Amino acid sequence: MKSWLTTTDHKRIGLLYFWTAFFFFLVGGLEALIIRAQLAQPEGVGVSAEMYNQLFTMHGTTMVFLALMPLSAAFFNFIIPLQIGARDVAFPRLNAFSYWVFLLGGLFMNASFIAGPLFGAGRLSVAPDAGWFGYANLTSRQFSPGPNVDFWLLGLQILGIASLAAGFNFVVTILNMRAPGLRMLRLPPFTWMTLITQFLVITAFPVITIALVLLMFDRFFGTHFFLPAGGGDPILWQHLFWMFGHPEVYILILPAMGIVSEVLPTFSRKPLFGYTVVVYSGVVIAFLGWSVWAHHMFAAGMGPIADSVFAGATMLIAIPTGVKIFNWIGTLWGGQIRFTTAMLFAVGFIAMFIIGGLSGVSHASAPSDLQQTDTYYVVAHIHYVLFGGTIMGLFAGMYYWWPKMTGRLLSETLGKWHFWLTMLGMNLAFFPMHLSGLLGMPRRIYTYSRELGVADYNLVSTIGAFVIGVATLVFLYNLVRTGRRPVNAPNDPWGGATLEWAIPSPPPVYNFTVIPKVESRLPLWQTERHAPMTPLPARPLAPIHVPGGSWWPMITAGGLPVMAIGALAHLLPVVLVGVAVVIVGIYRWAYEPFEM
Amino acid sequence: MPLVLALVLLFLTACSGPFPQTVFAPKSDFAVELDGLFWNIFWWAVAVFLIVETLLVIAIARYRARPGAPPPKPVHGHTLLEIGWTLAPALILVFIAVPTMRSIFATAGHAPEGALHVEVIGHQWWWEYRYPTLGISTSNELHLPVGTPVQVEMTSADVIHSFWVPALGGKRDLTQGRHSRIAFRADSTGEYWGQCAEFCGTSHANMRLRVMVESDSVFQRWVDQQRAAPASPAKGSREEKGQQIYRRSACIGCHTIAGLSAAKVGPDLSHVGSRGTIAGALFPNTTDALHHWIQNAPGLKPGALMPPQNFSAEDLDALVAYLQSLK
Repeated sequence: MKSWLTTTDHKRIGLLYFWTAFFFFLVGGLEALIIRAQLAQPEGVGVSAEMYNQLFTMHGTTMVFLALMPLSAAFFNFIIPLQIGARDVAFPRLNAFSYWVFLLGGLFMNASFIAGPLFGAGRLSVAPDAGWFGYANLTSRQFSPGPNVDFWLLGLQILGIASLAAGFNFVVTILNMRAPGLRMLRLPPFTWMTLITQFLVITAFPVITIALVLLMFDRFFGTHFFLPAGGGDPILWQHLFWMFGHPEVYILILPAMGIVSEVLPTFSRKPLFGYTVVVYSGVVIAFLGWSVWAHHMFAAGMGPIADSVFAGATMLIAIPTGVKIFNWIGTLWGGQIRFTTAMLFAVGFIAMFIIGGLSGVSHASAPSDLQQTDTYYVVAHIHYVLFGGTIMGLFAGMYYWWPKMTGRLLSETLGKWHFWLTMLGMNLAFFPMHLSGLLGMPRRIYTYSRELGVADYNLVSTIGAFVIGVATLVFLYNLVRTGRRPVNAPNDPWGGATLEWAIPSPPPVYNFTVIPKVESRLPLWQTERHAPMTPLPARPLAPIHVPGGSWWPMITAGGLPVMAIGALAHLLPVVLVGVAVVIVGIYRWAYEPFEM
Repeated sequence: MPLVLALVLLFLTACSGPFPQTVFAPKSDFAVELDGLFWNIFWWAVAVFLIVETLLVIAIARYRARPGAPPPKPVHGHTLLEIGWTLAPALILVFIAVPTMRSIFATAGHAPEGALHVEVIGHQWWWEYRYPTLGISTSNELHLPVGTPVQVEMTSADVIHSFWVPALGGKRDLTQGRHSRIAFRADSTGEYWGQCAEFCGTSHANMRLRVMVESDSVFQRWVDQQRAAPASPAKGSREEKGQQIYRRSACIGCHTIAGLSAAKVGPDLSHVGSRGTIAGALFPNTTDALHHWIQNAPGLKPGALMPPQNFSAEDLDALVAYLQSLK
């Protein structure tokens, strides 16, 4: 127990990230099921309007910040050091700190579901209820007087710290800790996409942090940054939020693209087609991703010049994205394809993500978007991108790397059930949303009139959502089941080409007995010019130093929710206690002896 | 892909209208423009979808691993192919981007000279309409003459809302302290449904609206009716009693009835009896619905500002009768 609380081992932190994020994924999924149950028929009466608004806000917030990002982070943590031939990340204690901040931020945010009585709210749940992008001026004290929005803006600030710390950590790790010979253009595609993602994190999160701080000032100290009554501007919030929010979309999708770019070559027995093009198209996507934020705001009425610029820039993103898809198909072409579950999910990613990409083009066309935005059509779009894309990619990664992470192979039979149920469920759930949206159903409504004629579509969506629920339970059983079985995974169960497959599953604490020398992009494969790397010695040639654990990352992280609780309760002394914990924690951390 | 096609067929057969809020029945120049653009993009998307999914299906069908087969040729890439599949989507995008830009400028929201001006003001959770040139103020049901250009100027009294009547065009946000605009010319008479599209708090789902597009003569009759002084009930009638109740109860604190009260918190009731719906186009304007609404508005529409009213059954009957007489 103590060794897990104090761990600085990237592999253990990766597993902690995984289980915590998977727990939040189940929570967010449960919220989705309640939402779908409510909408299964017109005039649904399952939950109140207030509760429904909390549920969809928390569903979006949870899935984006507490499930998908940290599930990617689980792979960054576990896999990146292995792929680059390193013994750990650059800053192991900072890595532990990121995890604890993420965990505590997630718990803080979700505590709002039961915190009502503490605020005399007259109901149990005071969860955030202004939507996951929390548009001003609905979030002002005037229109949201309760603690709901406070939980949201404080929770997101905490989570932002976790993301930023991890972002810097992985940029430094990937740039500085590569094994000899592992030049940038020999990096595995997952490592490349991770690097790009982390640059997006460290540039985009400061923007939302600023926006949240301004919102906090508006709510706590009576400033007027977003309040027109005091000369502020609610549209400013939209610009700031989406300047973060659009890069965030690529923060969510690029790691999944990286996973797919690992899985397809392995199970086609062919190198990734157009490796450099895939890498550079990722870089181009990230750059363009910074110049398109206002396509979320076409309905705001920015005027024809701004609309044209943002519509055009958005359409350009279709080009590097299309290039990636064609290169993936090129990878499959002429290969010897083995349909393991990981491969099924990777191919499923391509098949589903393209649907989200194409509906994205119809959103990019500003006038067309005026009929689609804020309807279920856009809900369908984001779910084809984030479920059909990100989650399918993450599932591919789970089946692919689970043996490496735990030493145990997941059941392929259960995996296939999981895959086909997921495919069926997601198409039943999300495809009809295109139609219900275009037939006039706005998003974020807890009830709708039977006369709209969209009841049947909603019922099908609900059935599909529950099928996804069943699929997820199958997966959960598959995961849990492996825990009770002996280690059965060889070093390289799939015939992978990258360094993580050169070491035992699960890897020893020091990862590599000797740091490998890398001579090609596919070190474990026979290529035209390179023989496979010689196997590493089974035992270390000399004792390997690994850092001991530390309590200080967790203690320092613990100060942040204390500060947030103080702010929430308007108790300055509590805030100061939190500040003291953070300062003392950092100080002790900095002067902690290297050896423990 | 076959799954998706099967689903599409299933829906087309299982579900049939009427769809009063559909985007697929455009009834104005603005909506027709957006509809054309959507279908242009849709068919390009279908073509790309079919090409990519076909390639994908061929690849996974043709290149399944067979036991004993020699390892595949380690192809690393192909420059010409890369150039080709970079240029192809770029070329397709030209055919989408050019009409998009044209539509952006064509639908920028500026009506020609002589257009009818309408102001839309969003409130949590109802719509206020003003016709500055006609001196009319009403709510939730917008009346417009067919074939006449309309200039809609919009703002919000509180949070951001979005005015969306799919048959008449795209949505546009209403923001406090700003003025946004759309312009269109409705091309056929009818009653079109709409709804707030930007999440605006508790009862966002209940912020609905109707637009009545009418022939010139019907519209003119409506205008004359709205400009007339509110009906004054006959002496000793139940309606007159209702008027007395209105006058001495909390109603006057929030509502306007020309000549009686001039408060601006809730909708103007001067001609409430002429409307087909109440409460943000949520309920039909019937005696029953008015009863329930006055007795417990927040129970029917969560968050509604009008507190439950405790009238005796007799007083409530009179008040409702009076409101209904305000044609």
